[in-house]
Amino acid sequence: MSKALLEIKRLSCGYGDKTILRDISLAVDTEEIVTIIGPNGSGKTTLLRAVSRILAPREGKVLLSGVDINKMTPEKLARQIAVVGQFREPVAMTVKEYVLLGRIPFYTRFQFIETDRDRALADRYIRLTGIAECENKRLNELSGGQMQLAAIARALAQEPKLLLLDEPTAHLDITHQTRILDLIRRLNRELSITVLMVLHDLNLASEYSHRLMLLKEGQQVACGKPGQVLTYKAVEEVYDTTVLVDKNPLSGRPHVFLVTEEQQRVSDILGVGRQASGVRPNTQPKA
Amino acid sequence: MSRTNLRSGSRLPVFLVLLIVLSGTGVLALCTGATFIPIREIISILTSGKESPDYTILMHIRMPRIILGFAVGGSLSLAGALLQGMFRNPLVEPYTLGISGGASLGVALNILFKWYAVIGTIAYPVSGFIGALMVMFFVYGLSVRQQRLGLRDILLIGVMVSFIASSVVMLLMAISKSEDLHGIIFWIMGSLDEPNLTLIYIAVGVSLGGLLISHLFCLPLNALSLGEEGARHLGIQVESTRRWLFFLASLLTGLSVSVAGIIGFVGLVVPHFMRMVVGPDHRFLLSGSFLAGAAFLILCDTLARTIISPLELPVGVVTGIIGGIVFVYALTRKQVVL
Repeated sequence: MSKALLEIKRLSCGYGDKTILRDISLAVDTEEIVTIIGPNGSGKTTLLRAVSRILAPREGKVLLSGVDINKMTPEKLARQIAVVGQFREPVAMTVKEYVLLGRIPFYTRFQFIETDRDRALADRYIRLTGIAECENKRLNELSGGQMQLAAIARALAQEPKLLLLDEPTAHLDITHQTRILDLIRRLNRELSITVLMVLHDLNLASEYSHRLMLLKEGQQVACGKPGQVLTYKAVEEVYDTTVLVDKNPLSGRPHVFLVTEEQQRVSDILGVGRQASGVRPNTQPKA
Repeated sequence: MSRTNLRSGSRLPVFLVLLIVLSGTGVLALCTGATFIPIREIISILTSGKESPDYTILMHIRMPRIILGFAVGGSLSLAGALLQGMFRNPLVEPYTLGISGGASLGVALNILFKWYAVIGTIAYPVSGFIGALMVMFFVYGLSVRQQRLGLRDILLIGVMVSFIASSVVMLLMAISKSEDLHGIIFWIMGSLDEPNLTLIYIAVGVSLGGLLISHLFCLPLNALSLGEEGARHLGIQVESTRRWLFFLASLLTGLSVSVAGIIGFVGLVVPHFMRMVVGPDHRFLLSGSFLAGAAFLILCDTLARTIISPLELPVGVVTGIIGGIVFVYALTRKQVVL
């Protein structure tokens, strides 16, 4: 790992008079995949919005290759950071037109028509993301998985150093969840794209990330390798839910199991620990 | 359903067709009227001299209307395309922002207080334009002062201002004398009959200038179809783009309304229709809408002045009826998603 591509330094930000994030610091190294996890409303998306300059910091700053992003021109930032957001606007354009939108930051002042290079790049990323067969389809004719792939292709057309993704696997079946995350890992390895993403699924986050950052109520609870962050204690404390953490036998990475109310009662009566691989049940009463 | 119309290669024929349709309607409008003048006679009339009565009909009665129809139809349709793109709402039209309401109020006041008796007939467009400008600055000022006012709020304020203005116009009509009443109603219904040539030239200049300037915003508009944040992520300065588009659309609408009165439907239906034909890419949609809007309004005006000739229908009635029917037909024929 070389030096940090993205540095978030003591960042606080929020909307109106509400502060959402408090004192967040994170350095994402070049060619790293870092995933932000945390419960709903913990500020994961807000953090991505601060990094993509939608939201200005109250305190602290966000540096990209050592430069404050809030001092760059919007075009310059768009040539380095691409975002795959959570929401899709229903537009009747074709996939090809949609992916070409990613070239907008590279247009010169009075340029009107895309160049051959723009078209070649759009083509390349359409093929790379595996949606070549529907490149002439309209967006509203795509399935959820294809739409997500198209959004990633559009982001890649920006040729970013840093790719931000907000829940790229939301509402997708397991086929597409793995397909999308495998693609992201491949982009990371083969195109050296640094990735900062938000995932809800702790196990997917554990499998696909170099490092995790766990947020709770806008504050950083833990940050480090999946094995260090995903302990039953940390997860139970942050999510206020009883869990059991074991290891994925294939990858050796932590895997989080949910414990139902019934299982919890049974194990309490029998005095059986839900511990596996050094995990102990949380016997503290809930707050 | 054919998708070929979305490929950029097939857009050139569309524009050729549009140009042919536009010139065709222009020629048709020249020929038809209270007296029919065949095409082959037109050239000889034009070359033979300025004294003949036919020359006067062609060049002083029909031609100005055609030119004004071109300018107003193009402007309204372009303004509609810009606003629909900016608000990402297919139901927005130039009049939604209350601009027409302001213009009607201005004209109604002009008629009631007889400003036209002081400064001449120029008072109609001037008062209309001032009314439109006042609404524009009101809506815009409100949205700037309240930093957190979203697009939806601007839209709602526009609609409300529209209602307020039309209610005040009704109030004025209720208390006005019958000859004034006729003047207000006539103006509100809209007409391309404009005796002042200078105004027509201004309208043409502004509409063509607007078309040119609007093309600087094609790519930001395309980016905006990804939503506000999506556009920002592509490096678009959303606020300044919006501000420019708002002023551009307001100027185009304000001028159209003050010269020709309220001609509904062009700004709503034509951009819709063109989106079905050329797709949602604003690089084609803007000029396509302009040309189609110009042709549509010239055609409607020709119908308006021939159907019950020598009397004349308000052109807004024709645009509403034809536009509405054609549009509903097209919608049921083809799946449209905006």
